[in-house]
Amino acid sequence: MKAGSNLERLLKSGQFTITAEFVPPATGDRGLIERQARYFKGHVDAVSVADNMGAVVGTASCAVSKALLDLGLEPIMSLVTRDRNRIALQSDLLGASLLGIRNVFCTTGDHQKFGDHPEALNVYDIDSVQLVNAVRGLSDSGKLLGGAVCDKAGSFFVGAAANPFGDPADLMILRLGQKVRAGADFIQSQPVFDLEKFGHWVQLAREEGLIEKCFILATVMPLRSAREARAINERRRGIEVSKEIIARLEGVPEPEQAREGLRICAEQIQALKEMKGVQGVHIMSAGREEVIPELIKESGLETARARD
Amino acid sequence: MIIAERKPIKELLEMLAGHDRVLLVGCKGCVTVCNAGGVREVGVLASALRIARRRQGRPIEIDEMTLDRQCEPEFISWLEEPLRENGYTAVMSAACSVGPQYIAERFDNVAVMPALNTKFIGGTLEHGVWAEFCRACGNCGIHNFGGLCPITRCSKGLLHGPCAGSSGGKCEVRPEVDCIWHLIYTRMKNLGQVDKLKALKPAKNWSGYWSGGVRRVVREDLTL
Ligand code: SF4
Ligand code: SF4
Repeated sequence: MKAGSNLERLLKSGQFTITAEFVPPATGDRGLIERQARYFKGHVDAVSVADNMGAVVGTASCAVSKALLDLGLEPIMSLVTRDRNRIALQSDLLGASLLGIRNVFCTTGDHQKFGDHPEALNVYDIDSVQLVNAVRGLSDSGKLLGGAVCDKAGSFFVGAAANPFGDPADLMILRLGQKVRAGADFIQSQPVFDLEKFGHWVQLAREEGLIEKCFILATVMPLRSAREARAINERRRGIEVSKEIIARLEGVPEPEQAREGLRICAEQIQALKEMKGVQGVHIMSAGREEVIPELIKESGLETARARD
Repeated sequence: MIIAERKPIKELLEMLAGHDRVLLVGCKGCVTVCNAGGVREVGVLASALRIARRRQGRPIEIDEMTLDRQCEPEFISWLEEPLRENGYTAVMSAACSVGPQYIAERFDNVAVMPALNTKFIGGTLEHGVWAEFCRACGNCGIHNFGGLCPITRCSKGLLHGPCAGSSGGKCEVRPEVDCIWHLIYTRMKNLGQVDKLKALKPAKNWSGYWSGGVRRVVREDLTL
């Protein structure tokens, strides 16, 4: 056990693990965070707390992670390199360690053009691979990027993102390899809407010898409607919903599409559970945390959760 | 070269409010090549400003002059005589923003204003289209990326490959622009150098960039 987090323990024990994303609203109201937290508690193994997701201001991932910790949940603190330089990022990591946060998830973050402050200056001092590497260094030897060594820096279980659907496929595997070599313990994929393509990527990762070196969590996203699915495809930002899924959503009347979307997602979870090399799922509910308990129930994983 | 673009007439008219006798100064360097501030553009801009002011009922006198370069003090000194003799209250510089700053530092008694927006270090893509190629990070490393610059040409300056938003070879931030990582990868593959991309790159040293404070180059062998 490196970091000693619950997430690490679960993944290492070989259990199929469920994490879910929480996008903190912009609030100073602890009560609001607590009310949202009830959709996770007892349903998922860990909660990934977004860091100003989509470049829209939300309450700090570090603070919200601590609030979840206080409620007995297992937080994964996200950190993006868009807004903070290496000084601030490492400072936040030490702060997280002090608060008892043991899991971090490192990404570059969406460009601010897509957020609520499109006129902001961005930072991008380091990229996600370098951030993973910085967390690893801090975790393993207390070493900061500048060379100084801190006392009791704390250990982290480190996550990074991967895109199984980008082109060309070998470049996507090269990216995964970089993140694993930089020190990523677990990988969260882009949302999966095409199981076959995803399976192919897992296969390629296995051939590269990467599957044994990290835990793969497949991201799933319950869709609300065919319209939402088409909008995702139009945005073309690295996520693509397959024709089959759109056809299935279109096959039911509009008011029932959200229900169908949930069913599709639950089926995907079941299929992913059987996929070799996949160690869990990460639920991206896009701000609809309330669907999580039902989704877990529908996927048949509820009993497993309750048993723990 | 430095790519610049003329500011909208409306903004220039606002700057010139209250001035009735102005010298408009162009530059024969980069801004001539990118059609923003050469002899021709200075002529066109001066006429446009005169017409607009006449319409406003407050005519303006604008003299035109284009220097060989505005980024060298030697050429800026050519302005001394006209400024002394002709009673201008303002100089509008149609050069990259080095020009107006030199003029402002040299002449105490005139207002100085930029006619252009200095955009970036770039090149011509096709007639009338220019693109950015270098952020002047002060420490060029493009040999590691097949001779292409991810610091400038990736919207996030990524050094380890494309973000998830790269799609169809285009950048998610500006879909009219190629995702440079797509080009880098294709090129490295052709060169048989993909392994070079696999290597982890240390956090970049930005101290040669603006982050290190205002930059200077000193060549001891050339200083007097
Ligand atoms: S590496 Fe630096 S100097 Fe070289 S092209 Fe890119 S920004 Fe310019
Ligand atoms: S799409 Fe390509 S160029 Fe644009 S930010 Fe992502 S990696 Fe960089």
